Amino acid sequence: MMSAVVLQMACVAGLLGLAVLAIVLSRSTIATAVIYSATMVMCLTALAGSLRWLLGGATDATGLILPIGLPWLGAHFRMDALAAFFLVVVNLGGAAASLYGLGYGDHEASPHRVLPFFPAFLAGMNLVVLADDAFSYLLCWEFMSLASWALVMAHHREAGNARAGYVYFVMASFGTLALLLAFGLMAGPTGDYGFAAIRNTPHTPYVAALVLILMLLGAGSKAGLVPLHVWLPLAHPAAPSHVSALMSGVMTKVAIYGFIRVVFDLLGPPTWPASVVVLGIGSITAVMGILYAMMETDLKRLLAYSTIENVGIIFVSLGLALAFQANGQKLSAALAFTAALFHVLNHSFFKSLLFFGAGAVLTSTGERDMDKLGGLIHRMPLTSFVVLVGCVAISALPPFNGFVSEWLIFQAVLQSPDLPQWALKIMVPAVGAMLALAAALAAACFVKLFGVTFLGRPRSPAAETAVEVDRYSLAAMFILAALCLLAGILPGPVMDALSPVAVEILGGRLPVQVHVPWLSIVPISESRGSYNGLLVMVFVAISASSAVYFIHRFASHALRRGPAWNCGFGDPVPAAQYSSGSFAQPIRRVFGTLLFRARDHVEMPAPGDTSPARLRIELHDLVWEKLYQPISGAVGFAADRLNRLQFLTIRRYLSLVFGTLVALLLVLAIWS
Amino acid sequence: MVVISDIIVQGLQMLLVLLLAPLLTGFVRKIKARLVRRQGASVFQPYRDLLRLLRKEVVLADNASWLFRVTPYVTFAAIWVAAALVPTFATGLLFNWTADLIAIVALLGSARFFLALAGMDVGTSFGGIGSSREVMIAALAEPAMLLIVFCMALVAGSTQLSTVANFMASSYVGLRVSLAMAIIALIMVALAENARIPVDNPATHLELTMVHEAMVLEYSGRHLAMIEFGAFLKLLLYVSLIACVFFPFNIAPSGSGAMAYAVGAGAYVVKLAVAGFLLALFETATAKMRVFRVPQFLGAALMLGLLGTLLLFVSRSF
Repeated sequence: MMSAVVLQMACVAGLLGLAVLAIVLSRSTIATAVIYSATMVMCLTALAGSLRWLLGGATDATGLILPIGLPWLGAHFRMDALAAFFLVVVNLGGAAASLYGLGYGDHEASPHRVLPFFPAFLAGMNLVVLADDAFSYLLCWEFMSLASWALVMAHHREAGNARAGYVYFVMASFGTLALLLAFGLMAGPTGDYGFAAIRNTPHTPYVAALVLILMLLGAGSKAGLVPLHVWLPLAHPAAPSHVSALMSGVMTKVAIYGFIRVVFDLLGPPTWPASVVVLGIGSITAVMGILYAMMETDLKRLLAYSTIENVGIIFVSLGLALAFQANGQKLSAALAFTAALFHVLNHSFFKSLLFFGAGAVLTSTGERDMDKLGGLIHRMPLTSFVVLVGCVAISALPPFNGFVSEWLIFQAVLQSPDLPQWALKIMVPAVGAMLALAAALAAACFVKLFGVTFLGRPRSPAAETAVEVDRYSLAAMFILAALCLLAGILPGPVMDALSPVAVEILGGRLPVQVHVPWLSIVPISESRGSYNGLLVMVFVAISASSAVYFIHRFASHALRRGPAWNCGFGDPVPAAQYSSGSFAQPIRRVFGTLLFRARDHVEMPAPGDTSPARLRIELHDLVWEKLYQPISGAVGFAADRLNRLQFLTIRRYLSLVFGTLVALLLVLAIWS
Repeated sequence: MVVISDIIVQGLQMLLVLLLAPLLTGFVRKIKARLVRRQGASVFQPYRDLLRLLRKEVVLADNASWLFRVTPYVTFAAIWVAAALVPTFATGLLFNWTADLIAIVALLGSARFFLALAGMDVGTSFGGIGSSREVMIAALAEPAMLLIVFCMALVAGSTQLSTVANFMASSYVGLRVSLAMAIIALIMVALAENARIPVDNPATHLELTMVHEAMVLEYSGRHLAMIEFGAFLKLLLYVSLIACVFFPFNIAPSGSGAMAYAVGAGAYVVKLAVAGFLLALFETATAKMRVFRVPQFLGAALMLGLLGTLLLFVSRSF
């Protein structure tokens, strides 16, 4: 019997082999089918292995040392409960994306730019989760970043994609730099980079605080924490849609894995001020992310911004777990931690589903701009049905899965009065209100997405002639939609499957949920709060069908089609419908006036002029304008000044080198 | 035996809310009419309206999709289930633990989500204006609601409505400043959620001033009946919620006899009448505010909820 970690590494090797095979096959017509189906098989095998590990009572963590990497260290890989959970997320998303790719890949103009990197990207994400020493971790992290960068640049000739790739590259390098420093600090002067050694070394409070900040910068820039999120809405939409799904639904989770691994596992017991920082950044990220999404008109960019919101929610939950853990409240900590992991899983389901849906719309109409779509529910009934499921799930509405994880987070928020610190006591209710705001805005945002894209009348000829997508894409979307519903109505088994992770990381766990009667979930005790998604769904179904029965038995059946009423003002031009900009107007006015300096300008032609009046919306991305533009300006300025150093004589270069050497020696002499 | 009687009581509750909901709305309309010295329609008029709508044919816009036809039933069912889960005349009903207050609010959110989508479905400007304003109001009301839940859960130690009602009915709870703040905040949220004055006007015929009514403008016949019925139920739900949390007098604990249930039901009807009268009085005395004043109104509710919570931290006896 092969040990779990060996099986995973074999799958990774298989994926890397597929990447090479894709290069060999690149121009062949069968390449798409071969690569995606083989990738799917690899991902399913890895998924089965990690699921078995997680559900099978989680035996002892198993490790593997490969003789590569640093000569005195080797490359350590290890499978434990945390890694197993994130491997489930990675490989489930990978398998779904491969299935989707079987259909979607046929429309790819340049498959040789996508096929080799797709399995490589998946291999990279698997490796990051499995890595058990700092060196392999960073190496795999960079491999993952580069593979995804190559995928972002797959359509490099399209407008904006080159810039997206550049910004992503810069931010990824910055993130890795922060991670490098964090691991360097944790390894300390002895320089033992194995995770086991780091875990066993006690860390001083200063080191712990610095590492926390560096991890928020490093893992946070990959996950999309505000204000490090700027690359995400550029890069995620630029990639082909199934890769966007992987980047948004899965790669951000790998970054969250890194954060959990370091802050919860390697750093030792947390302190409560750390939780204040994480809670603050998480809640700001959640609200800002969804407000950005609300302002957006591009389908895929909207989804990318919504990813930022969900990452914020996960970080809030992790912050709560830190707060409870620092105060030794194991049960509440396990509740918050389980909620975070549950949301990680849920988000990977519905965000992949929604990106697949956006890809289907893109294939079918060639449009990503919502204001040029509309009425697709008539032309693409199956796609619009599953996207509707995804929208309901991501808006945290019962009985779907998004609600369960948000409900668990709120239950964790309600445990906060037990915390002894005043700062946390006052902060947590406010954070809870921010979460509720983010959830309500998410519902508004996805009403906008579905309403403008799929409902109403078509706004362009492309939307008018759209057709349903292929069976593979539909199958992938239906499977994910079914998972969204299943995790929503049967949350108990999912929570039980997550408990080994909580036990391993926090040393506490929630009560077993499977034995609760009627399949309810009762995180703390029945008197404090319980929820039963299955019964809620059954009740709604029963009452809806009895209402339908009653109506069809007793009420009039007459039905007539006619032009829309609209209070007598028929507007025949589809462009006069509510667009995404007009739908967002009330929220833009309430929140955007301050946060985006939003202004509406009415450009009215002079009397007698027959040109149309125009309404122009002015929005400012203050994070970009106030933070990034000054930095890039300063870098440009410094580069211009230093440019002069390129044109010195050889004598000056030599004296420069000599001067530097003397200065360094002096520093060394004074230091020691 | 116990299970059967539990199921009967739960079924009674579902029927009771269904039967009383139009009556409450009719009562409020009647009082409002009397307060401005009009005769007003009979309190049973909403029932007649519903029956009339059920008999009429449905006129559907040409490009309405299946979503438009499914929405009335989905929203009605979601609101009905939510209303059936709030204790009215008895606590500890069979399925009370299915959903706590957060889940009940989220069920109402589901109903609103589909209604807002239906407003966008036909592709008219009135539907869009209604939907976009409705989601804005919801986005402002929900954080306030969460803080109210938080405040209540701090006092009662639970988000389970039956537990909260039992705790509030016990003698441990006296008059508290923070509960007063929570009830004011909850009333403000309830006014906004039910599209009442001063946030929205349920009786307006000026299209540009309406929110909820603009959203459902394209509905007719049996579909409109379902939506109207849903709105009646939602008003009843919020009144029941306020009554069960803040005024749980005579509410029957689980397993008590038929007599206690009858007393509880009587007390419940009295509470509804008082609440309906106060609502009518308030609506007659207030003017509707501009749409962009609503953020301040609901912001005040949010602040009250937060203050109530903080006061509880300062002293458990406030």
